[in-house]
Amino acid sequence: MPGKLKAKIVAGRHLPVMDRASDLTDAFVEVKFGNTTFKTDVCHKSLNPQWNSEWFKFEVDDEDLQDEPLQITVLDHDTYSANDAIGKVYIDIDPLLCTEAASVISGWFPIYDTIHGIRGEINVLVKVELFNDLNRFRQSSCGVKFFCTTSIPRCYRAAMVHGFVEELVVNEDPEYQWIDRIRTPRASNEARQRLISLMSGELQRKIGLKVLEMGGNAVVGYLQCFDLEGESGLVVRAIGTACTLDKVSSGSAPNTNTHVHPNTAPASNACNSPSKDGKEPVFGEDLPSSSGPPTPFRALPTSSSSPPPFSPSKPCSRQSSSSDTDLSLTPKTVEPKPVRCRPGIFLCPSSPTLSTDTLSLPGSGSVGCGHGLSSAPRATTPPPPSSIHSDCALLRKSVSFTEDLLLAASGMGSGGSAGKEAGPLKTLLRQHTQTALEQRGASSSGLLLNAREFPFFTLTSFPPGFLVHVGGVVSARSVKLLDRIHNPALGNTRSYKLLDWNSVTADEPETRDAWWEEIRQEIKSHAKALGCHAVVGYSESTSICEEVCILSASGTAAILNPRYMREGCLDIGSTDHRFEDPSPPSCGFCHIPYDELNMPFPAQLTYCYHCRRQKVPDVLFTTIDLPSEAAVTGKGCLIQARLCRLKKKAQGEVNATAISNLLPFMEYELHTQLMNKLKLRNMNALFGLHIQISVGENMLLGLASATGVYLTALPAPGGIQIAGKTPGDLSNEHHILTIQKRINDTIAKNKELYQINPPELTEEGLGSPIPEPRQRSRLFRSHSESSDELSELDLSHGKKDAFVLEIDDTDAVEDIHSLLTDAPPPTGFYSCNTEIMPGIYNWTSGIQMFTSVRVFRLSNANLTNQGLNKIFTDLCENLLKSFYFKLRSMIPCCLCHLNFTVAVPEEELIQVAVTAVAMTFDKDQAQEKPAEKPINKGSSENEEQLQFPLELCADVSSANTQPSSKVSGVPESTNVSSRAASVDYGSFADRCSTWLELLRLKAHTIRRGSVKTISSLERCSPLPEGRSRSLRSSRSFGGSSVTVVKMTPLSFLPGIRIIKYLGIINMFFIRETTSLREEGGVSGFLHSFIAEVFAMVRAHVAALGGNAVVSYSMKECVLMENPNKNQAQCLINVSGDAVICVRETDQEPTASMTNIGQTCCSANDGAT
Amino acid sequence: MLLHVTMIVFCPTVNDAVKVRMEGGVLDECEASADVLLSDTMDQYRTFQMCERLLHSPAKLANQLLFQIPPHRQTVLIERYYAFDDAFVREVLGKKLSKGTKKDLDDISAKTGVTLKSCRRQFDNFKRVFKVVEELKGPLVENIRQHFLLSDKLARDYAAIVFFTNNRFETGKRKLQYLTFQDFAFCAGQLINNWTVGAVDNMVEDMDVDLDKEFLQELKELKILITDKDLLDQHKSLVCTALRGKTKAFNEMEANFKNLSRGLVNIAAKLTNTKDVRDFFIDLVEKFIEPCRSDRWTAADMKLYLTHYTNSAHILDTFKHQVVWDRYMGVIKSCIFKMYHD
Repeated sequence: MPGKLKAKIVAGRHLPVMDRASDLTDAFVEVKFGNTTFKTDVCHKSLNPQWNSEWFKFEVDDEDLQDEPLQITVLDHDTYSANDAIGKVYIDIDPLLCTEAASVISGWFPIYDTIHGIRGEINVLVKVELFNDLNRFRQSSCGVKFFCTTSIPRCYRAAMVHGFVEELVVNEDPEYQWIDRIRTPRASNEARQRLISLMSGELQRKIGLKVLEMGGNAVVGYLQCFDLEGESGLVVRAIGTACTLDKVSSGSAPNTNTHVHPNTAPASNACNSPSKDGKEPVFGEDLPSSSGPPTPFRALPTSSSSPPPFSPSKPCSRQSSSSDTDLSLTPKTVEPKPVRCRPGIFLCPSSPTLSTDTLSLPGSGSVGCGHGLSSAPRATTPPPPSSIHSDCALLRKSVSFTEDLLLAASGMGSGGSAGKEAGPLKTLLRQHTQTALEQRGASSSGLLLNAREFPFFTLTSFPPGFLVHVGGVVSARSVKLLDRIHNPALGNTRSYKLLDWNSVTADEPETRDAWWEEIRQEIKSHAKALGCHAVVGYSESTSICEEVCILSASGTAAILNPRYMREGCLDIGSTDHRFEDPSPPSCGFCHIPYDELNMPFPAQLTYCYHCRRQKVPDVLFTTIDLPSEAAVTGKGCLIQARLCRLKKKAQGEVNATAISNLLPFMEYELHTQLMNKLKLRNMNALFGLHIQISVGENMLLGLASATGVYLTALPAPGGIQIAGKTPGDLSNEHHILTIQKRINDTIAKNKELYQINPPELTEEGLGSPIPEPRQRSRLFRSHSESSDELSELDLSHGKKDAFVLEIDDTDAVEDIHSLLTDAPPPTGFYSCNTEIMPGIYNWTSGIQMFTSVRVFRLSNANLTNQGLNKIFTDLCENLLKSFYFKLRSMIPCCLCHLNFTVAVPEEELIQVAVTAVAMTFDKDQAQEKPAEKPINKGSSENEEQLQFPLELCADVSSANTQPSSKVSGVPESTNVSSRAASVDYGSFADRCSTWLELLRLKAHTIRRGSVKTISSLERCSPLPEGRSRSLRSSRSFGGSSVTVVKMTPLSFLPGIRIIKYLGIINMFFIRETTSLREEGGVSGFLHSFIAEVFAMVRAHVAALGGNAVVSYSMKECVLMENPNKNQAQCLINVSGDAVICVRETDQEPTASMTNIGQTCCSANDGAT
Repeated sequence: MLLHVTMIVFCPTVNDAVKVRMEGGVLDECEASADVLLSDTMDQYRTFQMCERLLHSPAKLANQLLFQIPPHRQTVLIERYYAFDDAFVREVLGKKLSKGTKKDLDDISAKTGVTLKSCRRQFDNFKRVFKVVEELKGPLVENIRQHFLLSDKLARDYAAIVFFTNNRFETGKRKLQYLTFQDFAFCAGQLINNWTVGAVDNMVEDMDVDLDKEFLQELKELKILITDKDLLDQHKSLVCTALRGKTKAFNEMEANFKNLSRGLVNIAAKLTNTKDVRDFFIDLVEKFIEPCRSDRWTAADMKLYLTHYTNSAHILDTFKHQVVWDRYMGVIKSCIFKMYHD
């Protein structure tokens, strides 16, 4: 019983009127955690009730703390009929379980109802007391930090990167249960919200366990997704990169909390946290969880009799709990670095400082093949090496051995170990076979099993020196039929029972984990083929339509510096020699990792244009962010390839086959498009490549986004040469010439636009290009590009080799047209899908995040592939255009992290969701802005001037030093708004008033512009004196103020320093309406829903004490509509990292700017 | 990126707004297409729609969580939303803010050229403010400012509207057409500051929206100025002595003195009747302003005359109601100054 959760309900405000007669509400609150419910008193007849309740205390397992959300329900008391629910708040307790994160949750939360949206707010206080229970058999993983950020979080240092962690949990979807037929939509939605919340909690806990097992203390690049598989269930899965992070700034001991000693070995984090008694999993069966009935969803992670071969760590983690004890022995010394060596106790093998021989641990006499198991040791419970490699008897012995050392043995040890004998043994065997098969070079050193099964990293940017070489993009896709792979365990248990995927053993090949494993294996082999031992920027995704599911994974094959890795984490082996030859940092990563004589695919190599010593490819595609040290010429830009392919409607296997037949062609075409567009922009590398293929009933959508750049180290791209297939035809030739001219013009224009002026290099210095058949592809994938029929013509464009496009049929002409139709962003705008724009360094603090969802309804007319392509392309282009338009007042700015998500929710619908951030930057040329425009230009001119863009301009004024005409020339406001916002509104009246003085100036200016046309404003021009006073008083009138919370999809905020990470935000909402028209159609519905989601995210962050969300992303936005029934439903999943940040100059945490997440949705319902 | 509230308020439909923006040349400026403009405008309307609910009780705007609006923008938003057209308010000033009036808004819209949507918003704003402060104690302007977070100026204007609505002052008569809302607002301010209970004693628990009943009773005493023949003559001679030679309109002033004085005092005496309170402004115009205007008094003449007319009463030995007289004439004087124009 290792934790006490305390909650206090303080007050409510802005509640809806529930009693028509009195226009008031008799509200009370139910607070529920697990199976326990408390109620507050009824606060009669008030829309702003003050409950001021006592502390409600829940005594629970820490495991439950991790899994369950605190559920707060606000109800309207009704004497005669049933109480009406007003709405709910789910609070994730997880951030409170980590010492370094938040210590209390306190604040106003929007009360959310799945039918009505936000209905008032409630003020809640939540605290957690964790007891230091040294049980060794814990299932919890409190203390492991999670980050959505795909780089090492700003205030941490990576002491060690352990590698890939993944997990998935499956359950039935409440929406598809029989009970759904008789319950209300609200009940069904709430069941779903709660279930997903629970599953996410469990998933996170399990991943945490794995991390501890590996010896890490954090997961970076945590990516959680859920697959709504309909009838066959609901899958929540997550991947991430386990790391050991050290806090950077703190020379002081950050750990004062009782339940964790963060600075001992990473393992200690976990070991000190309370653990669970007596939950010994039984093989192959779901154990009743200790909490029993209250948490019907939670099944214990069941250890399988035959653990999946790729997570050897799993079984041993469960059974050997010895390390707990070790660590409990460790003195609570606080050292900046994890303590590795404790005399008398064998080491946690995962310690970063370990050299290869660390595994032969002191105190463990027998080090044989045992390394195999220690390959993925759980930090908390690293099995003594001696026990592992030996048989079960030995294992038991080892446990008892460690038990001797136990300070606080819970007495469960023997029981635990007894249960599992089979487990480790099997694993062991498996690993043996595995190793035998793999034949790794490292095996000789006895480290073979330390090599991670999947050397994948979800990170996209790395500490300098981490990335040694980059091979190229590796990707794999597979098409699966959902109904065939019914999870047997799911099938026969009709109850809520979460299934650990491990319980479905490897003999059951048709399970989701097996699919993923298959894909990961493929990725791994691709990486190997590229001569790389790791995959970075790794991500996984699915697209589901009916019973067909496309699983995709992609990443960038790379060679990493082993210095940062846990020993044996990577299969270094033969590639070792590379590290002895340090490459210059600015170009090293471009150098080919593969053997140039034995290339995995044909490519043209040249000597690096930077160091001239090593070979580089002509084009480089990657899924990662541009390394900060990379030398780039000019600026980058967003490059998108878009593709639609019609397919016949079909069922089951036929459908799956059709899709898998289409996939290679789509990939090929997307790749060709990308390559063409890259050449057209005179660039030679793609970063942040993300290819999404979505399946619909009668079509497939492909969208590839990346940021193109000109890497200085790579050769200049050749131009594009058009070739006709039938020379001699004069008219055709003429046509070709015109196109060629247009292309050349575009290239020249783009060169200028992106300021690509590479230093002219003399050819001699370069050495001749290696004569190698040209290939378009650097994208390595499973489908071979046999269809690639490139001519060997060596036409040249300028000095460089040209890229040849053949026009042999109308399709090709179309392609070229589409190539040329991509409009460049308007002057002053740049766009990219990476974190920041390559080539822009002087960011100012103005940022504006926005999310836009567009739903396009196709007409029924018989569509062709071309027609569809055009529609899809226009849709994306128009979206971009609308951003440029909306953001015009922020010029010069860059749209960063443009993240497009496409879906085909229904037969005739295409849905595109975009989240991005616009950031202003300092542009020297920006000084020469057009002067004030004449005022009498018309009302819309005024509108421009007057526009006080609620969301957008919020920061503009604070960011820009050059008043553009649109900011209505109010430089005064420049510092003003940022300063004003930096205080908690209203709490600092004096600051406010100075600020108001300035505000008046601004108001004045604004008005002057407006009087011409808007007569009503004439009278209210200059504000009379005493206004600031009045406003100040009025501010306090409304009661407490609202903390400003900034949101950004990036991992940082320009000009702002993150001083503390408070925990992960992972929220899931469902909204449903039965009055779609009244709410403004799909657009209105989505618009308000997204705004509400933003509001709830901000509220939760503020309650944690944070003032910003970084790495925010909308993982899922599933919209279902039924216009005929006037209904719509939408599911949104968002995540991010809550942080406290300060402006770089400040010491105190302040919300340094106001930034409003902004939404815009448009649904072109039946637009065509 | 909320489009200017005024813009939204003034353009009843999205299409109108798009048209206006297009004519303004937004598109040329940003190389955007009409589609983009349309969807952008729609977005803004939707955002505004969500915002509008909050604007109905501006205090909520400060602590709601749906939008993060920096305080200065909140202020501007509220200010813009509560802004109104003088032309419109002139039409409804003093009218009951009832459903009936609301039904007539289309006529008003046609007459004033203010769009119906905007008329409705303004009307609803008036009504909302009225309902909230109607029953509140304390100073009217301050109440409005507190509850609606309006600027001082706007709060005063609203106070005038509430005051007029509450007392149902007649403002629609043809003879009053030449007066602007600002004229009335000024007068309302004078009345609120001088003739209500709150004007005398801030601590009084009464409301600012009603005239001070006691004072109105006391006004009856002023009748002596016209009923007492001696007093009237004495008053006249005092005023005439003071004015002689100072104005071209002296003869007219002398000739009309009794008429004008009767007019003003009668207005005072009748104010106990609600009906006559309603006609206060029309009476002022008919009984005083029009005669003066037909005699071509200048504004300076008016000022001169009223100053001496008021002051001379103090010298009258038998006239004992100096305090009431000052309180009455102070307001009348400034009202007439304000109203004496073409």
